[in-house]
Amino acid sequence: MRKIIELKGITKSFDGDVVLDHIDLDIYDNEFITLLGPSGCGKTTTLRIIAGFEQPDSGTVTFLGEDLLSLPPHKRNVNTVFQRYALFPHLNVYENIAFPLRVKKAPNDEIDTQVHEMLKLVALEGFEKRSVTSLSGGQQQRVAIARALVSRPKVLLLDEPLAALDAKLRKDMQLELHKIQRASGITFIFVTHDQEEALSMSDTVVVMAEGKIQQIGTPVDIYNEPQNAFVADFIGESNILNGVMLEDRKVRFHGHVFECVDAGFGKNEPVDVVVRPEDVDIVPEEKGMLRGVVTGVTFLGVHYEIIVDVQGFKWMIQTTDFVDVDEHIGLYIEPDAIQIMKKSKYSGMFGDYSSFSNEFDELSDAEAEVEEE
Amino acid sequence: MRKENKGLAAVRRAVLAPYGVWSMIFIVVPLFFVAYYAFTDSSFRFTTENVTRFFTATSTVGGATVHTYLLIFWRSLKLAIISTAICLLLGYPIAYILSRASDRTQKILITLIMIPMWMNFLIRTYAWMTILQDTGILNGLLAKIGLGPVHIIGTETAVVIGMVYDYFPYMILPIYSVMAKLDMKLVEAARDLGCNGWNVLRRVIFPLSLPGVISGVTMVLIPSISTFYISQKLGNGKFYLIGDAIEGQYVANNLHFAAAIALLLMVVLLVCMALMQRYANKRAFV
Repeated sequence: MRKIIELKGITKSFDGDVVLDHIDLDIYDNEFITLLGPSGCGKTTTLRIIAGFEQPDSGTVTFLGEDLLSLPPHKRNVNTVFQRYALFPHLNVYENIAFPLRVKKAPNDEIDTQVHEMLKLVALEGFEKRSVTSLSGGQQQRVAIARALVSRPKVLLLDEPLAALDAKLRKDMQLELHKIQRASGITFIFVTHDQEEALSMSDTVVVMAEGKIQQIGTPVDIYNEPQNAFVADFIGESNILNGVMLEDRKVRFHGHVFECVDAGFGKNEPVDVVVRPEDVDIVPEEKGMLRGVVTGVTFLGVHYEIIVDVQGFKWMIQTTDFVDVDEHIGLYIEPDAIQIMKKSKYSGMFGDYSSFSNEFDELSDAEAEVEEE
Repeated sequence: MRKENKGLAAVRRAVLAPYGVWSMIFIVVPLFFVAYYAFTDSSFRFTTENVTRFFTATSTVGGATVHTYLLIFWRSLKLAIISTAICLLLGYPIAYILSRASDRTQKILITLIMIPMWMNFLIRTYAWMTILQDTGILNGLLAKIGLGPVHIIGTETAVVIGMVYDYFPYMILPIYSVMAKLDMKLVEAARDLGCNGWNVLRRVIFPLSLPGVISGVTMVLIPSISTFYISQKLGNGKFYLIGDAIEGQYVANNLHFAAAIALLLMVVLLVCMALMQRYANKRAFV
């Protein structure tokens, strides 16, 4: 694959706050790449640097090998789909989509062909004469995508474009976006704080926190083999425990030695151990590798989410078997369900469900949706 | 539910009643009287003579016979359009810069623009007299740098300067208030989609600020077309404008003809406004 954009050592701070701290990132042709992270992690700033709305304090950005930073936004072969769409209210649907072509002074018949092609791509045929303010959120979204794609940019930047849509529409648009990306063959750089969105659409996910890239990988890699406690916690649910790597493929936590599939750590190296809630089997107490007491049960439709106290550490387990509060159970974990990570600055910050409640989780999600500027 | 709505409607009527009465007394009735006077003679019999007089009255200027009131009207229109154009050309960039400045700067500059409006209109006009006179401040300065003296007072230029000065804030403020609300994301979007600075202005900022431009033009054009004081003081009374004509007839106790001129002026202005509004609406959905 051809490298299309290359960021090297990008650093940016606003009023002394470091927003991006030496970001290195390669973006390839025809890729759907997602920058994922909580608000304030620097993902939007990265996007704005590529678009040309911000200049980094240091570092370089190249586009097909040529310096991008010296070009003003209108000379860059990248277009943006803005979070709140930023459609032109004085123009109708047709003229909004035609806008980049009008600026280029393309001939009318060419504009007409291209705009209709775009309307077809985003399934808005027949909406030409409509005022953009009369459209629903999803329709506005699609006009914004069509407008950004009509001039055939090499790269499309999408800044949390689904954040303002309701849950159902979001799902539809995720599929739609994925389809459009495949059909157009244009590189999509997508910014979101929604891990589910990132996993379901992307070829590559870039997890960011505190201005640094935490991990780059395919959605499956990121989920199954998180590289530190932050990634493990941010993507899905994780039980993260302190462990000691006794030797290759042998790790000890909760005073018990487990077989695992990881190797290459130092002898007796302290590590973080990740076990996903769905990878823990509930067995009768005497057959368990670990024993614990159920302290909470929540029914979530597809499965139960139970909290189990094992030697004072609260595990989250997702299971379809019903167990009751105060029941004593055994936990069984397959070797390949255990993911070993090096200790990082995030060790000990995540992965214990002592203070967990669904309500609290939702509250903090809502907070994360606040637009970052 | 129905009952509640009825109650609400009654409350609404009660609240609106004072405004209804107010606009009746101060808008509808006076307009009616203007029309009534315009189409009656001194003994209040119906006549169209006042209106025809506006179009047919002639006088001799420098040996040539001219249609007095049509000439005056044309002169008023010309000076008003020139003043409005100058206000727009100067005011638009200022409004734009203002809307992009920091909050603090915006407040200070708005206050500076408004302060002259707190001073009496007559005093402002007198101030310009002393500035523009042949022996005035401006000519004093010009003489010092060896450029003067320039004869300004008593020319159309002086009248235009006075109008621009007096009505300038009415151009800036409506444009500024529209621009201040302009979503900066739209400007970013335009840049992103290939617009250089000029194209951003032409294709996004100007069309979106058009409502402000229309109300600014309206608020400057109307008072400057009907002004009489500025032309008397700064034009040395040499440029008889339509406002002067109305005032003159009124002072001469010829209320009927004064009403006819006022009515005709109003009709012309209404037509201008309607045309402008139509242009704006058409631009709104290209």
